[in-house]
Amino acid sequence: MELEAIKSIAAAAAIALGAFGPALAIGMLAGKGLEAVGRNPEAAQKVQTAMILSIAFAEAIAIYALVVALAIKFA
Amino acid sequence: MHISLQPEIIGTLFGIPISNSLILSIITASLLLVSGFLLVRSLRMIPGKAQSFIETLLEGILTFMSQALGNKEHAKRFFPLVATIFLFILFNNWVGVLPGTGSVGFYEEHNGEQSFVPLLRSANSDLNTTLALALISVAAIQWYGIRKLGFFRHISKFLVFTKGPIYFFVGLLELIGEFAKVLSFSFRLFGNIFAGEVLLLIIMTLVPVIAPFPFIMLEFFVGFIQALVFAMLTLIFLKIATEQVEH
Repeated sequence: MELEAIKSIAAAAAIALGAFGPALAIGMLAGKGLEAVGRNPEAAQKVQTAMILSIAFAEAIAIYALVVALAIKFA
Repeated sequence: MHISLQPEIIGTLFGIPISNSLILSIITASLLLVSGFLLVRSLRMIPGKAQSFIETLLEGILTFMSQALGNKEHAKRFFPLVATIFLFILFNNWVGVLPGTGSVGFYEEHNGEQSFVPLLRSANSDLNTTLALALISVAAIQWYGIRKLGFFRHISKFLVFTKGPIYFFVGLLELIGEFAKVLSFSFRLFGNIFAGEVLLLIIMTLVPVIAPFPFIMLEFFVGFIQALVFAMLTLIFLKIATEQVEH
C-alpha cells in the first residue's frame, strides 16, 4: 500500500480507538456527578466544580489521541 | 485547503521570526492592556457602566476562586496570576473564532507550488503559545510552593529520604508528574483549539453558508471551557502546593 493510504488509515484508527475510553469515562463521571447533585442539591456548586475538573482530565486523554492522529496525517 | 501543525512565518523582526499566531496574541494582549489602562484612568467611587461591568466580572472570578479554595485571602493572593491566565486564554480563543482569522492572507511560492498563508491564526492553535503558558503555570506553582513552605520543605515532597523506599519512589513519581503537568496543560489547550480550527476550516470548505453556525457556537463554548479548565487546574495545583504537608 502507498504511504498516503496507510497514513490516513492510521490517523483514523488513532482517533477512533483513542476516543473510546474517554467517552466512557466522561459518561460515567457526569452520571455520578448528576446523581450526587440529585441526592444533595445544596452541595451542587462543590460537586459541579469537581465534576468539571474531572471531565477536563478525562477529555485530555482524547485530545492526546487527536493530536497524535493530526500529527500522523499532517506532519 | 491548508492545514499545518506549525504556524506560518509572516516576516522577521530583528532576526526573530514573527508567526501569524504571534500577531494575534499581540492583538489580544494589547486589547486587554489598553482596555485596562482606559478603565483605570477613569476610576470613580460611584462607577459608570463600563467600570461596573468589569467589576462584576472580576468580582465573579474572585468569588469563584474563593469558593474553590475556601479562603478569600488565598484567593486574593493567587488572583492576578489565575485571572490573567483565564482572560488571556479566553480572549485569544474568542478572537480566533472571529471572521478574518485564517481566511485573510496571501499566496506564497514554495518549490514551484503555491500555498496559502493566512495572516491571522488562533493564538492557542500554536503549540509554542500553549507550551509557554503551561511552563509559566507550572513554574508559578513551584514558586508559590517554595515561597509558602520554604525551599527544603517543598523539595521534601519530591525527594523523600526519611520515610523509606516506597515513599522515595512515590516522590520520584510526583516529580515526573510535574513534568507531565506541563505536557498535559499544553497539549490539552493546543489539541482543543487546533482541532476546532481544523473542524471550522473543513466545514467552511464543504458548506460555507449556514452550516458553520453551530460549529462556531461550539468553538465559542469550547474556548470558554478550555480557558476555565486551564485557570481552574492552575488554581487547584497552587492550592495543593501551598498546603502544609501533614503526614
